Order: sequence, then C-alpha cells, then structure tokens
Amino acid sequence: MAECVNDSDAEGRISYGDYVVLKRGDVFKSVQVENKKKVVFEKQWFFLDNAVGQLYGTRFEIEAGGSLKLKAAKHSGDSLDSKEAGQDNRHIVDDGRSQKLSRDDIETLKEQGLKGQEIVQQLIDNSTTFKDKTEFAQEKYIKKKKKKYESDITILKPSTRLLAMMYHGREPGKICHLRYDTLAQILTLGNIHAGSKIIVFETCAGLVLGSVMERMGGYGSVIQMYPGGGPTRAGMESFGFPSHFHETLHEFPLCKVNALLAGTLDLSEKDADSQATGSGNGRSESSQETSGVSEEKNSEHQSMEVSVDPQEEMRRAERERLREQRMEEKRKKLASAAALLEGRNADGLVIASRFHPCPVLMGLLKFVAPSRPFVVYCQYREPLIECYTKLREQGGAISLRLTDSWLRHYQVLPNRTHPVLLMSGGGGYLLSGTTVAADAAKARNQHKSEEPVASFVPESVSKVL
Amino acid sequence: MSFVEYSEIIQEGDVVIIFLGHESMMPIKVQSGAQTQTRYGVIRHSSDLIGQRFGSKVTCSKGGWVYVLHPTPELWTVNLPHRTQILYTTDIANITLLLELKPGSVVCESGTGSGSLSHSILRTVAPTGHLHTVEFHAQRAEKAVQEFKEHKVSHLVTVRNLDVCKDGFGITGIADAVFLDIPSPWEAITHAKSAMKRKGGRLCSFSPCIEQVQRTCEALLDHGFEEICTLEVLLRVHDVRTVTLPLPDFGPEEDSADSSQVASDLSQDEVPNIGNTSVICRTATPPREMAGHTGYLTFATKPRD
Repeated sequence: MAECVNDSDAEGRISYGDYVVLKRGDVFKSVQVENKKKVVFEKQWFFLDNAVGQLYGTRFEIEAGGSLKLKAAKHSGDSLDSKEAGQDNRHIVDDGRSQKLSRDDIETLKEQGLKGQEIVQQLIDNSTTFKDKTEFAQEKYIKKKKKKYESDITILKPSTRLLAMMYHGREPGKICHLRYDTLAQILTLGNIHAGSKIIVFETCAGLVLGSVMERMGGYGSVIQMYPGGGPTRAGMESFGFPSHFHETLHEFPLCKVNALLAGTLDLSEKDADSQATGSGNGRSESSQETSGVSEEKNSEHQSMEVSVDPQEEMRRAERERLREQRMEEKRKKLASAAALLEGRNADGLVIASRFHPCPVLMGLLKFVAPSRPFVVYCQYREPLIECYTKLREQGGAISLRLTDSWLRHYQVLPNRTHPVLLMSGGGGYLLSGTTVAADAAKARNQHKSEEPVASFVPESVSKVL
Repeated sequence: MSFVEYSEIIQEGDVVIIFLGHESMMPIKVQSGAQTQTRYGVIRHSSDLIGQRFGSKVTCSKGGWVYVLHPTPELWTVNLPHRTQILYTTDIANITLLLELKPGSVVCESGTGSGSLSHSILRTVAPTGHLHTVEFHAQRAEKAVQEFKEHKVSHLVTVRNLDVCKDGFGITGIADAVFLDIPSPWEAITHAKSAMKRKGGRLCSFSPCIEQVQRTCEALLDHGFEEICTLEVLLRVHDVRTVTLPLPDFGPEEDSADSSQVASDLSQDEVPNIGNTSVICRTATPPREMAGHTGYLTFATKPRD
C-alpha cells in the first residue's frame, strides 16, 4: 500500500515540546507537552507523558493516578440496552426521586474503578423512569450521562479552527469576543495567502496573528505592529508552527510609526531597544545596564584603592558582551521591519484590537499598496461607523462594507432536526475595503453618506452575499 | 498578475477588475490594441492599462474615470460569469476555516460549477497544495479548464469530467479535505472517504435543503465520520448613513427653562445641531431585504483509518 508511505508518520506523532489541543466533547484546551507536568482539563488532572509517541487524533482514558491510557477501539453499537420504551411522557412525574443511586453511591462506583460506560449503565438500571421514557428521550438521557461520566480526551494538532473555537468558548474577553466565523471572514476578505506581506495589529492574544501565519504557510512576511512594550504572541505559540515560520514574522512598535513615515527613524537609538523588548529580559537588561554603569564607576573608584576581583570582571564583561549582542539583534530586527514597511507596499492590513480602530486604521493604511484589501474588526459598531465616515471623506479606499456575521448551529437527527436551542448573540463587526491610488475623487462617493431616497435595488441582494 | 500572487504593474493577458462605482464592477482581459466600453467612455488597453499600476485611476474617453483593480478570488466571485448558482464569500470563508485549508493542502471538490469556490481554494493552498475538482457537465468542465489557464493557476488544479457519485474524484488517499456541493451528497460519501488520507481529514457538504442534510448526516455517521456538525451562516450588511431627525415642538416651556435644553440633551458628541429643530445622527441601518438563506454547511472529521 504505497499511499501509507506518504502519511509521514513522524509528523503525525506526539512529541515532547509539541503544542497540542486537548478535546473532550466540545471543549478544547491548548497545552504544551512537557515531561511529568500535571495538566488540568475539565475537572480532571493527568500527565501527558504516555501520549508521547502516539499518533495525533488518538483517544485516551484517564486512569487513577493521572496517567493516560490508549482507549480501546470503539465497539459499534454501544451495548447500552434500551429494550423497553414508552410512547410519551404523560405519566412521568419529575419528583427528583427516580434515580436510586445517590451522589455518594456514584462516587463509590468511580473509586471502584468503574469505567464511564459502566457507570452510565448503572444509572440506567437504577432509574425507575427510564423504561417509560420514549426512545428519543432515552437517547437524550444516555447522551447526557455519557457526556458527564465518560472522560475520554482526544489529543489533536492545533489549527486555527480549534484554537479559534477554544478561545471563543473559554476566554472570549482575551480575543475581544471575536467569533470564529468572523475570523474566517477576516482571513478570506483580507486575501491572506502565501507570499504576501501583511501588516497585523491585534490584541487578541496572538490568535489573529497565528491564523494569518497559518494561511501564509511560512511564505511571505507578517509585520506585527504593537503598542507599548512588546508584541503579545502567546496565542500564536499555541499553533506550534515549525521554526522557519518565525523567520517570516517581524514586529514594529507603534510609537515609531510617525518617525518612519516622516523618514526620521533613527535605528541606532539605544533607548529604543529597552522599549522595543518589554520582555522580562529587556527590563532586567536595562537595569543591569545601569547597575553595570554604576558598578563600573564604583570599580573605577575602587581600583584606585583595591584591585577588582578578576572573576567578577570576567562575568561582567560577558554580560556586557551578551547585552551588546542582544541590542544589536534588536536593532537589526527593527531595521528589517522598517525596511519592509517603508516601501509602503504591503499587500494587506488586518486590525483586531481593543484600541479605537479609527486612528489605527488611518495610520497604518499609509503602508499599504493600492488595490489591496484591508479588514478591521471591532467588538462594537460605532467605532467602525467612524472609520467608514473618515475613509469616505479622505478617499483612497473603495468597496467599503460594514458587516457582521450571523451564525446558527443545527441538531440533525431523524425526526428531531431543528436549530440548536442556544445561539451566539453576536460575533463582532467588520469593516472591509480595498485601497486605491491616493488621489481619490470625493465627489462620486460623498453623497452616499447621506440618507438616500428609499429604493430597492435587486442586484444588490446577490452582491450582499 | 495571477489569482494566487500579487503583482504591481498591469501586463498584456492579465485579467483585471474595473471598478465603476458603488457595487458596480466588471472583469476584462487585457489585450494590446483592444478597447472596452464603459458608461464613462472607452478604455484603451494599450495606453490606459498596460504598464499602469494596479489600483490607479483610469480616465475614460468621455472624461469619467474608473479604478483598475488586481483580481482576487473575492472580486472574482462577485464578477464571474454564472454557469450555475455559486457560493459567495461568506460561506466560502467559513468553509476555508473549518476545513482547515492552508498552503500545501490537497483538496477535492465536486461540483466545480462556475469555479467560485475553486478560485478561493486555489489561492489558499498555493504554492504547494493542489485542487482536484470534478464536474459532471462536459462544457462546464471545459470552461473551468480554460479559466484556470487564463488566471494562471493551472499548475495547482486538475479538472476531471466525472460523476463523483459513481466514479469518485479520480484519486485516492491523498486529500486533506473534501468539499461536496452536489444534489445527492450522501451518494458520494464512500468516495469522499477513500479520497482522503489514511491519517484523516475534513469534509464539508453544502446543501440548500434540510432533507439533503439529514440524509448526508446519516451517511456520514454510517461511514464512521466524527464531529458531525451542521450550521448556517449569513452576512448582515450595515448601510452607514447620516440621518436627520426632527425634534418635536412642545411649545414654550412654562418655567422659562431653555427649550434648547431638549436638543442639547439629545445631541451627540461632535454632531452639530441644525438650529434647535433637528438632530443629526451618524448611524447604520440594515438594508430593506437581505439574503436569508444560501445553504446548510455540514462538516465532519474522518478519523485515522
């Protein structure tokens, strides 16, 4: 079977250091596989060591003690008997007493080592009303109990799909409540593809950055603009990109944008680097720098009187050298990012942050070539209305559209098909458009911003899709 | 120019999109010596297009002007000649994300139709991926081949004139993702499964009718697919506009309190009042009608064999 050889197994196996996504039902969590590290997920704790060497997509059981065990192959037709069933619920009284097993009883069963499926069977056997339920109600009951007591987890390779769903389900605040279908629109409307040069400004924990990088596949370049100290990339790390992807990633501080636009960016500025890092290293470096300086002064002082410890001298010289090296690297990074930006020929711009989008958009659009798409996400509508209005006034952009995405899931079962009961209320708003050569006539577009005469244009219905 | 790679300058043979104004665009094939008529006058390809930068303004013979845009799959979707009902960007975006498409992905698609989704897939899987697309209508299959060639993406796609339900996709064991937009997708599930890699993959089926969805979900379950999930997604457009709302006149106030108090209570930050008789609001409203349904999207995962 020659095809098997193509499925490079090495790539398919879990290793130490890998970023993975744990899945239980519809709940996801991103973790890194580390030696003997305790992982907590869905009220259970366990170690991932036994998963190393296994294939991605494998299902595991959690044994007492927290070790993972490969789940035996699925038996088709789970032997949960339902021989008897009722016709409807007219005689079923919900008095809360139909389950004979108490909470303690169930705990005892768990301690005895009973598997999830066995516990569910026990619950069925000890339910006085189960046989009276309709077949559909029995199925629903079993599904509910399985979800609660079967604790299998699956280990998956990270992807935008999984991470976007995870963040939206677990920590939407961290991603400005960006729902995954809205993220889908961003990536497609932005024409994010391999080989382009994309500017990203986001405060979505790195999720948006990572998803852009995934769609670029390691080709082209991404310039992450960042406010304040340094770029947030935690979410991006969760994608587990191969190391060469990181070479396509650049960063540039917002506080230097004006200098870059004016052509006055000084790449040899020393203090720029301690601003530009913002990482723990950066700060301790600058404090080392000052302490180094004061040390020097002191030792100069001292050397007049007492000879300095040669060991100390060596260590200090080494620290100096490393610090210089790091600063040189940062200068190089700043220079390379600046070089990518100053041509003002980026292929796209993606903004998704808690900052007011208007100034961000107006500032960063200057770096984008003509005839390229841009997409701005905002949790709220009004700031995007402002952006729209400003762009209309200023020109340089066409096909402006303010949209949001409506999403609904369905339960599809024989004779039980209907939309799912709970629905997402909203997933944020997008403003998208295309840049054009800067000299834009306002005349053609200005009247659009006023209330038009009410009219129905049929072809716009299909264009809206 | 290509649909999978940007370029800066317009060249002979390029397909470009002419932007004429609000929601009015048209694609043209650039040929030296050729001319294109627009409502603003004639565009002469040799002088007005070839050698110009994408995104520039072109003045037409009657004095009006247009913009020339670099083609993208999204622009193509709203400008392509329809041979069948097509998929629009909203659905395409979700399909792309939920099928986990990216550079290098190998994708199977049926039916090719008018190539709307195809162009989007090609853009996403380039430069190292591939699209195997199956179309049972001979002329449509031929037209697709032609278009892919004109758009300089032939190296990334293979078009096969087959019936996917009977013959499958023409390949086995190499697809990361399969997409079905056919009348009876449940008949193609077996072939979809065998087209996918052993290690697993993602599947999506698009159907306008719920009965189709039900039969497809049943087939997916029977074939051992997991994470079966059906959803629908719609785009809502917000028309940004400035509206003027008149204020009521309740007559002069008895307390000699300023009647302009009412107006200043209502006024928004930077928005000026027109005297005290109305307030200007910058807001956005929904259009009178909107697309209410395109189709249901059913996704599933094929687990490792």
